[in-house]
Amino acid sequence: METIAIPAINLAPIMPEIILSCIAMLLLLVNVFVPSESKGYLGVLSLVGLVATAASVVSGWGQPVAAFGGAVQLDNFAVFFKLIFICSAALAILISDKYVVREEINHGELYPLILFATVGMMLMACGMDLMVIFLGLEVLSISLYVLAGFNRGSLKSNEAGLKYFLLGAFSTGFLLYGMALTYGATGSTKIGNIAGFVATNPQVATNSLFVVGMLLIAVGFSFKTAAAPFHMWTPDVYEGAPTPITAFMSAGPKAAAFAAFIRVMIVAFPTLKHDWTDLLWILAVLTMTVGNIIALSQDNIKRMLAYSSIAHAGYALVGFTACNPEGVAGILFYMLSYTFMNIGAFAVIVLIGKKGEANGNVQDFAGLGQKRPLLAAILCVFLFSLAGIPPTAGFVGKFYLFSAAIKSGYIWLAIIGVLNSAASVYYYLRVMVYMYFKPSEEDFDWVGMTPAIAVCLLLCVATTLVLGVVPGTVLELAQKAVQF
Amino acid sequence: MLALNNYLILSAILFSIGTIGVLVRRNAIVIFMCIELMLNAVNLTLISFSHYLGSIDGQVFVFFIMTVAAAEAAVGLALMIAFYKNRESIDVEDVNMLKL
Repeated sequence: METIAIPAINLAPIMPEIILSCIAMLLLLVNVFVPSESKGYLGVLSLVGLVATAASVVSGWGQPVAAFGGAVQLDNFAVFFKLIFICSAALAILISDKYVVREEINHGELYPLILFATVGMMLMACGMDLMVIFLGLEVLSISLYVLAGFNRGSLKSNEAGLKYFLLGAFSTGFLLYGMALTYGATGSTKIGNIAGFVATNPQVATNSLFVVGMLLIAVGFSFKTAAAPFHMWTPDVYEGAPTPITAFMSAGPKAAAFAAFIRVMIVAFPTLKHDWTDLLWILAVLTMTVGNIIALSQDNIKRMLAYSSIAHAGYALVGFTACNPEGVAGILFYMLSYTFMNIGAFAVIVLIGKKGEANGNVQDFAGLGQKRPLLAAILCVFLFSLAGIPPTAGFVGKFYLFSAAIKSGYIWLAIIGVLNSAASVYYYLRVMVYMYFKPSEEDFDWVGMTPAIAVCLLLCVATTLVLGVVPGTVLELAQKAVQF
Repeated sequence: MLALNNYLILSAILFSIGTIGVLVRRNAIVIFMCIELMLNAVNLTLISFSHYLGSIDGQVFVFFIMTVAAAEAAVGLALMIAFYKNRESIDVEDVNMLKL
């Protein structure tokens, strides 16, 4: 048996993770000394930390470096995804401060937990070793279990946390078993070495250990991306979790799961490509259709957005099925725009809501258009973008995903995607119909804007529109990011 | 000296028992124990492969899995306590405030 060779230590590629973990641990310490009425300052500090991390991430653009014996690789792909995670964490923190005060869950641990989850996501995006990806996933998941159950006094939040924990740990079991079998079949946990082994031993593609391992890994990741038929936990957890956390979960962790899923499948299992693209084809169709059809009948707006987020994972899977550079670049672009449009929509939900998660039904939005015209108009921008109507980011993203599918010959998949997208317009427009055409006795005088939410809304609206009107620069960056 | 296959079959059986347990049991703690059983089946697979391949990676992986499982247990039991305080039950049949 070999001895463990300690590789040369190069900390530069994981500098963003180091910075963010240190800040998160520091915040946990500071939290002890901060009185409960000024916990908001912790949010400000964590935003500063995220900006510092973003600066460190950006400096890695264009110069791929591998470290720790090839276990971690900071390339453009990882940089692009890391920026998406940082945006989602920052936006979620911006909408939390008002919410936590209203729901009386103003505990300072919220911010470090969001930062730890972000560290986990970043590790997933740059992991080139199944072990690193697993550890990143668990750092992310364990933080999210706590965040989902963060409102300890609320039974719904308890349930969301417990449900997410049991099902998340269950899915981790499958993912790990898949990783173990892949390791057994190829003799390495490093994605690069697995790819090398597969290239020199093509007969491994018929090895049942290898194939079952690949399938179990795909199941584990499908669970994390909330792809049907592994989506059962999503609506319950999204509805029960505190609203800013739901916003965060629907954007960042979903993108992280896609990052790891794409890297593992494309780099480690290229010889099984025909098998897993067939599998993804089925998953994509199921995910889009199930998400959209069930969303049609939802009254609770968080639950509706949960099903809509399942459908959006389906659109991203269309690009993944295409499995060409355009498709993957399309996923990168779509995940970025989805982060801004979805968290923007959740920011409005936080504003409209009342204590105890009340006022979360579509009917409660009645009359918003007359009483609060600006807020209603902002929500319309996000809903139009989610529905994929130009000139918004959602339209451009879907356009690239579906055109990538057509380019790879998946014409039917693109048609099903467009039909689904058309069906989704119904439930997004339903909210607008309530806002503008239904009278309401409410005067919405409890809706008070705070500077943090105003900044968040401004950022989200601006990005949604800018990416929709002039997507060129960001698309170019996304295309540059698709080199492993 | 048993062949690799025997270990793999044993761990596959353990993994299946764990999976079935998660699906049929109703008590959250028993479900959690079944999940631990699944993780340990994975550990057994990794260790037998590690021995068979003469590669140390598998054993390193096992250490990480055990650490993570411990962290998961801490968080999971805390969530169950929070749920029990409000609901006075940890039966998953009672996890029904949100539509299933």
